[in-house]
Amino acid sequence: MLRLFTKIVKTGIVTERFKVPGDDELEQLGIEIKRHIDKRFSGSIAIREVDAGSCNGCELEIHALNNPYYDIERFGIHFVASPRHADVLLVTGPVSRHMQTALLRTYEATPDPKWVIAAGDCAACGGEFGVSYASCGAVANVIPVDMTIPGCPPTPLALMKGLLGLIKT
Amino acid sequence: MKADWTTDFLNQLSMDISVAQHNAPSSAVWQIESRHWQRFAELACGQQLRWSAGWAEQFAGKFLVNACFEKQGVYIVLRTIIDGAKPELPSQATVYPAANRSERHTQDMFGIRFTGHPDNRKWTRHQAWSKHSYPLRKDFPVQGEPQDITPPDMDYPFIKAHGAGVYEIPVGPVHAGIIEPGHFRFQAVGELILNLEERLGYVHKGIEKIAEGRTPEALARLAGRISGDTTVGHCWAACRAMEQAAEISIPPRAALIRGILAERERIANHLGDIGAICNDVAFVFAQMQFTRLREQWLRNNATVFGHRLLMDTIIPGGVACDVSMHDCALIKQEITRLRKELSEVITALDLNSSLEDRLYTAGFLAPDIAAAFGALGYVGRASGQRFDVRKNAPYAPYDRVKVRVPLETQGDIASRFWVRDKEINASLHLIEDLIDQLVDGVLAAEWKAPKADSEGLGIVEGWRGEIVSFIRFDGNNKIARFYPRDPSMLNWPVLEKLVLNNIVPDFPVCNKSLNGSYSGNDL
Repeated sequence: MLRLFTKIVKTGIVTERFKVPGDDELEQLGIEIKRHIDKRFSGSIAIREVDAGSCNGCELEIHALNNPYYDIERFGIHFVASPRHADVLLVTGPVSRHMQTALLRTYEATPDPKWVIAAGDCAACGGEFGVSYASCGAVANVIPVDMTIPGCPPTPLALMKGLLGLIKT
Repeated sequence: MKADWTTDFLNQLSMDISVAQHNAPSSAVWQIESRHWQRFAELACGQQLRWSAGWAEQFAGKFLVNACFEKQGVYIVLRTIIDGAKPELPSQATVYPAANRSERHTQDMFGIRFTGHPDNRKWTRHQAWSKHSYPLRKDFPVQGEPQDITPPDMDYPFIKAHGAGVYEIPVGPVHAGIIEPGHFRFQAVGELILNLEERLGYVHKGIEKIAEGRTPEALARLAGRISGDTTVGHCWAACRAMEQAAEISIPPRAALIRGILAERERIANHLGDIGAICNDVAFVFAQMQFTRLREQWLRNNATVFGHRLLMDTIIPGGVACDVSMHDCALIKQEITRLRKELSEVITALDLNSSLEDRLYTAGFLAPDIAAAFGALGYVGRASGQRFDVRKNAPYAPYDRVKVRVPLETQGDIASRFWVRDKEINASLHLIEDLIDQLVDGVLAAEWKAPKADSEGLGIVEGWRGEIVSFIRFDGNNKIARFYPRDPSMLNWPVLEKLVLNNIVPDFPVCNKSLNGSYSGNDL
């Protein structure tokens, strides 16, 4: 136990601070996100992530938003386990035809008002996979999309910028 | 010495099967008559050959069916030609459980029937195409004939359990976490799992079909997106196959850099997995520490190689990125720092009794089951299966460095945890060795258009285990057939075994300890 606490104390807080020079882009972004969330969403938004056919690359970077460096929860953004708890669907991948109904049902299960973000090149435009017998291509071909975040995969910073863009509109 | 078993085995085979041998650039091809397909498997199993991969191709009204076997690091491709009018041959899944889903995939995609197959249900096909059309046949258009909305696959005949107190839990395809989609069907009594059945195929994106007609560069990009966490592994396997077909060898510097990239990918994934395994038993300390270490590692990937996950760093003929002296120094510093951090964090985990309580004995995979199913990578190595392509069938640059392959025999989640930990250490050493051996030179060999019909079989050790990638070219430097076999294809079935007699709440940690790729499996 002692080792564990020693490690925690020694590690300290790595979350990138507001005043860290050089990395202020992230923090500026965070402050702005937080301001808008406080004003328009009573302090928090809940995101349900849906992999509709991705290669898992986007998921890895969305995961990274929860690591201690980005710690996206401090801005009032958290990931939830059910679409019924969500304000925002964060959808990745080209929508595989085998996931089409599942995505539609997830969309229907999300209460209004709701927003959809298509994250990653595949979700935005079909990416490397496009439209085929197995793929519907972009998320917008299946459900209405409010915002897209390009990148293959988008970096955690790009994801945060994208979220801000959604909140501001 | 090494090839001895092939001679003996061929002698033994000659009693009842006639084998025509060809030499492909990648491995020996043994061609037999289709009616002997199953008999061969029986004899091969008797000689302890490992079933590694299976795929088919269509050729002017005929089908070529292939199965890849390995023993002592020597690979052979078994091949047969069957008539397009009546495409069927006896199943090998009766002998090799590893062939089960692969044959069902071939059945769904080509309409080739494997007679006597122990499980004739569909596998990859849901409702996106009809039962009597087969996407990988040449007459199937890449656009298919999809409906506006593809209906859900409602009537898959899951195995039923009956009895007092037995109930069923359907999970997925959309899961609670930030993970890939797939369906799990549990039968349970109280908290105890009686049976688990996986139903995958949800992220089938038609990778094999859309690969056809691509240029080598475009194929490499696609291969890098088969499974986002294995972008280096799949890209390398596909490029190796293409390079064999084109008969070009990559420059030494490119091979060394590929090795560094692959080991970096292995470490990044193991860091993420160790944290996530602990997180699934609510030990958040480890998750926070390991996601922190992973983030540092990925940032250095971006600094040195230009991409956090290392996508598109491998190209046909070589690599697309260089490492400078300065980069090498940076990587070495980073390795020293990571070793120190790991020694602190891992020691804290090792001494934690609550973690011990949850990880030891849970999710037990017996060595004989692991062997029977051909479990690969850390899943196999945690259950006594030592096979590692880098060690057993070394390819550049692993032929010039010492590869240590850690082994555990307990077969539980803790073993899979410790194998990962040891693999991180082994890979850190490897990166240092590869950097020390870096030679000056060009980064990529000049591409030569391969001859018509030339083929290649790229086999590399990805972070999850052996990846097998088959490629055939047409005469115009375009891809005629691409089949990538992710290690998950063989590892997913053992999850159904290792969860038995565990409690339902331990399923997430059992699953994470195996961490199969859904996308790599579904293609």
